[in-house]
Amino acid sequence: MTPDRLDATFAALADPTRRAILARLASGEASVTELAEPFAMSQPAISKHLKVLERAGLISTGSDAQRRPRRLEAEPLAEANQWLERYRQFWEASYLRLDDLLDELKLAKKAPSRKKRGDPRP
Amino acid sequence: MNFADTFKISTPTDREIRIARVFDAPRELIFDAFTRPELLKRWLSGPPGWSFVVCEVDLRVGGAYRFVWRGPDGAEMGMGGIHREIDRPERVVNTQKYDQDWTGGEAEGTLLLFEQDGKTLSTNTVRYLSKEARDGALASGMDQGMIAGYDRLEALLPALQVEGTA
Repeated sequence: MTPDRLDATFAALADPTRRAILARLASGEASVTELAEPFAMSQPAISKHLKVLERAGLISTGSDAQRRPRRLEAEPLAEANQWLERYRQFWEASYLRLDDLLDELKLAKKAPSRKKRGDPRP
Repeated sequence: MNFADTFKISTPTDREIRIARVFDAPRELIFDAFTRPELLKRWLSGPPGWSFVVCEVDLRVGGAYRFVWRGPDGAEMGMGGIHREIDRPERVVNTQKYDQDWTGGEAEGTLLLFEQDGKTLSTNTVRYLSKEARDGALASGMDQGMIAGYDRLEALLPALQVEGTA
């Protein structure tokens, strides 16, 4: 996944209305009118949000020329989730290394002959 | 008990991101591991294949710190800031800014260490100084902003499972 596409995905997800639209589309495709209904928003305002989502590749427009239903595209979200999972793994891996280091420091502290720990701050 | 299970990422407010973790060690050791370059190099070395090329910490109020990592393809990533508060062994407050400005602006980081029965809860909180900076971080697709995105994505995922299997 390219950084640009990630940018677009997360920028799109940073807005509560757009997240609500995605959640709605997760239960099936819907027209702009249907999507605007639960929100106290004009259709042009909703259309603006839909444009952001479409540019991010998170939704697409169906072939019915009359209704122009929007539907969810699950793949970019799955890719974004994968990226985040790697980030989480980065911190988990770092902290596991820190666990090992702390074990080593505890042992060094217990050994009275090696007065390395507990020095005053430089 | 497996301490890795205590790892938790959260967004306590709309401007904050927090990483919490319990370590099986007194907090003095963890404070040192977070603030002494020779110890930081041992664990904050980055993803596989990455390593520190600069790791400098002037642990005084007003003192600077500077980290630069280099990846296997020669790419470098740098960040740094100024220490605002130092209260060994329980608290460090500093400013944080990435060279590439992925976060959209300077943020403030607070490390807090609570010790109980020889174990220490570490919380690492990044607070963005403005909504714009926070939103920039969210839009960046890099750095800590990703975590805020993660919470939001996680909230969406149950609904998305249905679509994913279709």
